[in-house]
Amino acid sequence: MTGQKKDKRGAMLGLCFAVLLLVLVVVLENTLKPTEMMFTVLKKGAVYSLVAVSMNLLNGFTGLFSLGQAGFMLLGAYTYAILTVPTGVRDSVYYLYGGSSVRFSLQEMFGALFGNSGVGGGVSLVLGVLLALILAGCVAAFFAWLIGLPVLRLKSDYLAIATLGFAEIIRAVFQWDVLGPVTNGANMIKSFPTFTSFNITNAQGVVILRLSTFVPFFVAIVCIAIIVMLINSSYGRAFKAIREDEIAAEAMGINLAKHKQLSFCISAFFAGIGGAMFAMYAANAQAKVFTSAMTYEILLIVVIGGIGSISGSCIATFLYVACSEGWLRFLDTEMVLDNGVQVPFLRNGFRMVVFSVVIMIVVLFFRRGMMGNRELSDLIFRKPGKQKRRAGGGHG
Amino acid sequence: MEFAVSILLSGISLGGQLALIAIGYTMVYGILRLINFAHGDLFMVSGLMMIYLVTWIPLYLAIPVVLILAVMLGFCIERVAYRPLRGAPRMSVMISAIGVSYLLQNTATYVTGGQPMNYPSIPFLSDTLVIRIAENFTITTKWVTVVTPVLVVVLVVVLTQLIHHTKIGMAMRAVAKDFEASQLMGIKIDHIISVTFIIGSALAAIGSMLYFSNYPYITPTAGAMPGLKAFVAAVFGGIGSIPGAVIGAFLIGICETVIKGSSWSVFSDAFTFALLIIILAAKPTGLFGEKATDKV
Repeated sequence: MTGQKKDKRGAMLGLCFAVLLLVLVVVLENTLKPTEMMFTVLKKGAVYSLVAVSMNLLNGFTGLFSLGQAGFMLLGAYTYAILTVPTGVRDSVYYLYGGSSVRFSLQEMFGALFGNSGVGGGVSLVLGVLLALILAGCVAAFFAWLIGLPVLRLKSDYLAIATLGFAEIIRAVFQWDVLGPVTNGANMIKSFPTFTSFNITNAQGVVILRLSTFVPFFVAIVCIAIIVMLINSSYGRAFKAIREDEIAAEAMGINLAKHKQLSFCISAFFAGIGGAMFAMYAANAQAKVFTSAMTYEILLIVVIGGIGSISGSCIATFLYVACSEGWLRFLDTEMVLDNGVQVPFLRNGFRMVVFSVVIMIVVLFFRRGMMGNRELSDLIFRKPGKQKRRAGGGHG
Repeated sequence: MEFAVSILLSGISLGGQLALIAIGYTMVYGILRLINFAHGDLFMVSGLMMIYLVTWIPLYLAIPVVLILAVMLGFCIERVAYRPLRGAPRMSVMISAIGVSYLLQNTATYVTGGQPMNYPSIPFLSDTLVIRIAENFTITTKWVTVVTPVLVVVLVVVLTQLIHHTKIGMAMRAVAKDFEASQLMGIKIDHIISVTFIIGSALAAIGSMLYFSNYPYITPTAGAMPGLKAFVAAVFGGIGSIPGAVIGAFLIGICETVIKGSSWSVFSDAFTFALLIIILAAKPTGLFGEKATDKV
């Protein structure tokens, strides 16, 4: 009973928090200078937090150690990019391959229904991008299903290396010349609608309302909310049972193969949406960005936040992105003190060294990360008895 | 024909270099059940050490110094990053390994400034060798191509002797079989694991000298790919088996070079991973691996 009550309170809190956050983002963006560093951090943070949460669903809640996230992001990014490049600029984007073999774009298809300018244009843009995002997720989920058939039977580290390998294969396939008319080979796809396309302008082209930070936040919050609801459902409990003990879970009547596959596909779905948003953030889609280093980056974010904690992943993402894009930038520039002494070590690349040392400290000494497997709502509605029991059930 | 032979030769050479890394993987995995992601980066770092050391000391001194430094680095990595996590779940140890790999790569980027560094040419290894088989049938290659497979075979023979006929080898096999039982038999596990890392690191350092003699420069991420491929080789041969790892490495080396020479060159890396997935799906224990049974 109390648990249910607490869940409800947590949900209400989450909802209020999300709405507040969205309002705050819109207000901030329309009052401050749009070129401010903060907005890059916010946008990237929103995108990464979705991917981190999707990875956490798999690694933290189902206990499947997968390193394929970058591959699924790539699938999502390319699906989105291919489907939304306007037909008018397709020839210039695909100039090396003499035009694209995909001769439509989703937002223009909706444009035919609702009109291409004014409110109709806005509606068709939103619908087109939304559909493209969902399709991006579906493509990633489909490939996850395909690769999951042989791979999900494997145990921990074999699974990790197999999914990592899968991501590398996908990356090679998308750079293949023969697929050039679709994927643009090793070149980037660009000119598709990005976050800035959502800024509302008046007839003269002057921006009235900036929504470019609101959009990634909104999408990420909706997706994360869906994941949270999933985790709190009976499926989520089955995932956690698999994480704790596969054999015991099977004995309790949980279909291991089905639930693992489900978790894998859902994680890939949201990673695909995350990848599509990453393409929107970067304003281009390019296969060589989605390397295994990117997966490691996201994995380390998840670890810092606490494996098995959604809010931990989100907080860690924003901290990580803020540090890497802004706060720790000073470590990369040489600095000379007033008395003419040069500060040692400060040079290009030092930021990342400091970063990796911090990560190693977290991994070695604070193995449970910032939040362990608790959520923000647990911390706010603290119940001493429950707290102690949770802390006891430690897992990686 | 000449083309085919030279491709085959460089494939064998690449395979030999991968084999030296793969042995390190397979030994560590056999004992700790840990994919030592940092192993590939150790390989890259020993390449970088060579570059920096040659500017200070003569080459014949630099080679042993690099070996010693690489061994020390491998030892320290195990001591600092893996030993404190001995009782922890496997996932944490693996994350720690990824963290070490990240640290090594970022440090290398910091030290080199992210620039590709030219590897010094080691005399003899980098010299050209012309093999004359018939009147109009000559193959031009580097000595390293011929030296590598020979060296690998010698090292493998020495290693198998070590593992099968010495006390420490026996201890290694015991630890690989059963961690706790061997502890009860009075084997100092930490000591054995350190020795394993030392052997693996030394082989990686030798491998790096041979590997980078064939390549013009080193980048901070140069170790990641060969490292992963070597791991695939180790899986292919059956993890824990040294001859298996070597055979797997030669196979991957040859296949990759052949693919690189064909019109499918984009897929040279992807091939290795496709092979991995096929093997894991069809025969997860690899060629010579022992079947592990799960007890409930």
